[in-house]
Amino acid sequence: MSETPQELKYASTHEWARLEEDGSVTVGISDHAQDALGDVVYVEHPEVGQPVAAGEEAGVVESVKAASDIYAPVGGAIIAVNSVLEDAPETVNQDPYGDGWFFRIEPADEGQLEELLDSEAYAEICEAES
Amino acid sequence: MSKQTPLFDQHVAAGGKMVDFAGWRMPLNYGSQLAEHRAVRENVGMFDVSHMTVVDVAGAGALDYLRRLVSNDVTKLQSVGQACYGLLLNESGGVIDDLIVYRRADDYRLVTNAATRDSVLAWLSQHSDGSVAIEERELAMLAVQGPRALACFSDLAGKPVPEAPFTAVEHGGWLVARTGYTGEDGVEVVLEPDAAVRLWQALAAAGVQPAGLAARDTLRLEAGLNLCGQDMDATTSPLVSNLAWTVSWEPTERDFIGRTALEAERAQGPGAKLSGVVLETKGIPRQGQTVHTQAGSGAVTSGIFSPTLGQGIALARIPRQAQGDCEVEVRGKRLAARIVRPPFVRRGERVFK
Repeated sequence: MSETPQELKYASTHEWARLEEDGSVTVGISDHAQDALGDVVYVEHPEVGQPVAAGEEAGVVESVKAASDIYAPVGGAIIAVNSVLEDAPETVNQDPYGDGWFFRIEPADEGQLEELLDSEAYAEICEAES
Repeated sequence: MSKQTPLFDQHVAAGGKMVDFAGWRMPLNYGSQLAEHRAVRENVGMFDVSHMTVVDVAGAGALDYLRRLVSNDVTKLQSVGQACYGLLLNESGGVIDDLIVYRRADDYRLVTNAATRDSVLAWLSQHSDGSVAIEERELAMLAVQGPRALACFSDLAGKPVPEAPFTAVEHGGWLVARTGYTGEDGVEVVLEPDAAVRLWQALAAAGVQPAGLAARDTLRLEAGLNLCGQDMDATTSPLVSNLAWTVSWEPTERDFIGRTALEAERAQGPGAKLSGVVLETKGIPRQGQTVHTQAGSGAVTSGIFSPTLGQGIALARIPRQAQGDCEVEVRGKRLAARIVRPPFVRRGERVFK
């Protein structure tokens, strides 16, 4: 059974989002997503400074077997990417909600966070998929 | 409802992530396919391959029948225990399946793929007559692969190990073959289901790493071994699948199915080839992506991140004249790559220069 921490918000496309104290939003992929992908071996980040719309493609995560797009759960500008993943992509498997984060967004509209799924609703989606 | 192999409970107990594959519940991995891949390259790993189809062909007409159906000439198997790799071809020279034929004391044993089971059984029966008896066997099959595989297996199983590659020995209902799908030394063992469970448990207790379908795929691709249905199918001939060596042209009077079409293709010169492609930059080639070469474009048939080499590798069907540098189109970007001759890895070491 994969974990879905209660304090996070989720997209149905398996990204998680966390509102930080400085108002930025950290984004990664869920435990369920990393488990489904298997060993992650390559991460393609968006460009820092790049504007993204909610639901827009913002990078790619590749496991040995498959490539999967990462979508921005909220719109805004990319302000940081997790460069650790360039040399240690396995961090996504080891710590999907911590050191395995993907990028940070300066949200254009914080209200978009509220439109995402809570942990319970997201867990139901995962349940239905497995 | 997918079928379970006799080792299903062992997979679950070992934490196997079970998925549907060709009508079977099979382990994709037991946590990390990379760790499983490494175990096979550096040490020893074991695979449940009981989903493979095992068919015994007996009767006075068995040899003639197989000489008609298999691309490789089964007459080469001059003594009991010899084995060969070959293809079942259709009339147009396309690949229905690849298989290994083992010569046994009283019959021939064919091991074919799981995904092609129905079409292969139909094909075999369609071309048989009263002189052959074709029987699918409900047996288990286990592959033990890696540099320590032979030592590990013979210690634990107490069975003799065949001395040469592509030979087999039979002992007490076990067929032990020096074959595999990983590019490492090892054995594939065909045996009764309950014996398979005991062997699996003994190997597991000795610390042999169970490996799933995901590791099997990266190992076979590094070894430059084709996957039927992906790198070749009923519309592609062995001549464009890097498998011309599995076709016995001599003796010329052997009229195997597909011969006429293959001879025409050979005379004309096949337009394509199945080649290896190595990415020179970060990124991973995937099935279906376009490969641009100086002789025209082609397509990736299998692509992965190679755990042993730490880079993207692929098999690709490209124009016959293509060589040297090429580019793989990955999500709209053209990534620098190079055409190489497979295999990529042999016995744990990089092969190409």
